[in-house]
Amino acid sequence: MSALNLIDGSETSLRRFLQTLPGVDQVGAQERAAVLGTRSIKTTSKKWAIDMAISMIDLTTLEGADTAGKIRSLCSKALRPDPQDPLVPHVGAVCVYNDMVGIARNHLDSIGGQSIPVAAVATAFPSGRASRKVKLQDTKDAISLGATEIDMVIDRGAFLSGQLGEVFDEIRAIKEICSDKAHLKVILETGELVTLDNVRKASYLAMLAGADFIKTSTGKVTPAATAPVVLVMLEAVRDFFELSQVRIGVKPAGGIRTTKDAIKQLVLVKEIAGSEWLNPELFRIGASALLNDLLMQRMKLNTGRYSSANYVTVD
Amino acid sequence: MSDFEYAPAPESKAITNISKDYGLFINGKFIASHNKRRFETINPANEEVLAKISLADEVDIDKAVKAARSAYIKVWSKMSGKERAKYLFRIARLLQERAREFAVVETLDNGKPIRETRDVDIPLSAAHFFYHAGWADKLEFAGFGEKPKAHGVVAQIIPWNFPLLMLAWKIAPALATGNTVVLKPAETTPLTALLFAEVCQQADLPPGVVNIITGDGSTGSALVKHPDIDKVAFTGSTEVGKLIAKSLAVGNTPVTLELGGKGANIVFEDAPLDQAVEGIINGIFFNQGHVCCAGSRLLLQENIHDEFLSKLQKRMSKIRLGDPLDKNTDIGAINSAAQLAKIHELSSSGKAEGANIWSAPCQIPNKGFWFAPTVFTGVTQAHRIAREEIFGPVLSVLTFRTPQEAIEKANNTPFGLSAGVWSDKGSRILWAGNHLKAGVIWANTFNKFDPASPFGGYKESGWGREGGRHGLGAYIKGAK
Repeated sequence: MSALNLIDGSETSLRRFLQTLPGVDQVGAQERAAVLGTRSIKTTSKKWAIDMAISMIDLTTLEGADTAGKIRSLCSKALRPDPQDPLVPHVGAVCVYNDMVGIARNHLDSIGGQSIPVAAVATAFPSGRASRKVKLQDTKDAISLGATEIDMVIDRGAFLSGQLGEVFDEIRAIKEICSDKAHLKVILETGELVTLDNVRKASYLAMLAGADFIKTSTGKVTPAATAPVVLVMLEAVRDFFELSQVRIGVKPAGGIRTTKDAIKQLVLVKEIAGSEWLNPELFRIGASALLNDLLMQRMKLNTGRYSSANYVTVD
Repeated sequence: MSDFEYAPAPESKAITNISKDYGLFINGKFIASHNKRRFETINPANEEVLAKISLADEVDIDKAVKAARSAYIKVWSKMSGKERAKYLFRIARLLQERAREFAVVETLDNGKPIRETRDVDIPLSAAHFFYHAGWADKLEFAGFGEKPKAHGVVAQIIPWNFPLLMLAWKIAPALATGNTVVLKPAETTPLTALLFAEVCQQADLPPGVVNIITGDGSTGSALVKHPDIDKVAFTGSTEVGKLIAKSLAVGNTPVTLELGGKGANIVFEDAPLDQAVEGIINGIFFNQGHVCCAGSRLLLQENIHDEFLSKLQKRMSKIRLGDPLDKNTDIGAINSAAQLAKIHELSSSGKAEGANIWSAPCQIPNKGFWFAPTVFTGVTQAHRIAREEIFGPVLSVLTFRTPQEAIEKANNTPFGLSAGVWSDKGSRILWAGNHLKAGVIWANTFNKFDPASPFGGYKESGWGREGGRHGLGAYIKGAK
């Protein structure tokens, strides 16, 4: 990748490169995001946006209480979000813990969901506090069980203490394991990075190290995918494309629960990164409750009436 | 649909109730003008006639001034500040209640997008009345002496770029300090002022405290020359401001003028670039550039010129020009054919003088007055487009090498209304702020307004301040 020529991987070169990035003015970024939040999406464009948002969802369950049964229902829902309407697209992927990958893959394959990828959270998700050896093994396990997307977390402790090389090396090591077998999504956990300057730096760090996607959050920390954070990450992938001619994807996750939230995300994508990013290859939304709200809004558009929550399936 | 095109999302006109024709609002009632002359106000986005408006002459003006004088003597000057405040609060609340209606009427009459009237013009207008309502009973503590006294009858002339907001800037402090008012809205945008007259009736404001007379330049000129006017306040072009100053120079009538500008937006190499791009866009394309404090000159540090310009042009390509009533429109119609001609004239001069023009690719509607967002590069101090106020969506880009040179260029203008500084370095911002000769200086933001913040200019950008404690002084006798 040509962008890799910008740095040689050493701590110094990384630091030097990241220092050339212009700062982010928080007030300005919030303001821009707020203005885009007032876009009014109606009728045909709303219909398009709802279906696009459904196909971008990484339908997620990441609970200690996850069981094989829970994973199987999630997979069925992922394939046929609305059992009464075959025109509803399937979601972008299902996202589960490492040990559930095999169950998810098998079940998807058995119900005709071969085209839906299974994403696994890896590298000692969500805290990332484990030895490098454990993190690498975690990733290998997930891939061997059939995960074709890896959602890794960065070492926020290392990032905040200035060990940028450490963060970079770790992402590269995971990327090497993924190679051509799995897409790598790098979770920045922006709620712990706090400043938008950090979000921009971490975005570049991940992209330079080989991320295919940059992802906001684990969903276990608030705030998560706030509009200004997503805006800064979209600016980063847009600008990185200028440098490298490579398009990196973006995945907001955490706190996106309503159709309105999801449509606001799509508006950000269109107006910041550009329409090229408006597809599940380059934009995903990590969510669980969102799907049902999208389905209910979709019914409303088709029938003109709001249905009760009993008309969508709980899982 | 393969792309995410926004379907039209127009605000409904059903909420409005625009009359076919309007009289003059004098002594609490709408009355026909003495000579029965009329003119039309149109929607600049499609050139449709919205209403017929009365053209006031000397006789009408005299009637309005007499009504204001009588209201001042008999009612308003005797009323306590606390009681005056109640009226101001009531007006503010009525503006909020009728905000949607006001927003739609303003957009129809002016051509600016509903997003701006809805989110800026109308809420800020209400905020000005709330703010000044708070001052009405506290004037003795405002630093203007123990018993601050009103001037009496105030003549106010406002422009077409922010019709209701400029009315609020004028009427709210005048009433709060105990003056009565004769106000003339701009010829092309009288509707919200006439709607405001209805609000005065609704608020039971004593007749004659606010009088609204409509007309053209001749009406305004006759108004400021009326012998029984105690104070004149004008917002508009420097050209007309000079005429007013000249006509009042022989007497003792105090005058405040808020005139033109050629604001410099200075972007240093260490600026937060993406937000600076937003700020430049907001600085020059907000309200189609019809803003006296617009950041119409972009001063770019030369070493970031190419990168910044490329970002700016990409961002400009995303500006949505079109139906002002559509909630997704960013830039609306130019207010009048005359203004459009002026913008064309100045941008042709830019081309003729050798600057490079670039306009955002956008579909220009067939009817109405429109001008695509435009940027001129390669502009120098010697170009007309770097010196004259264009008052349209046209940005002139100049470069500088050092902070000192930036300040020198920014100040090298007969105007001095606004300036913007973009830098991540606090010390540089403060240094620039100390050296820029402009009434308002924004740092890492632009076009921010608040009733508590005084606004006004240096040099040919005007006399006096509006808003804040300073703005009150303009309406108090003998205040400095």
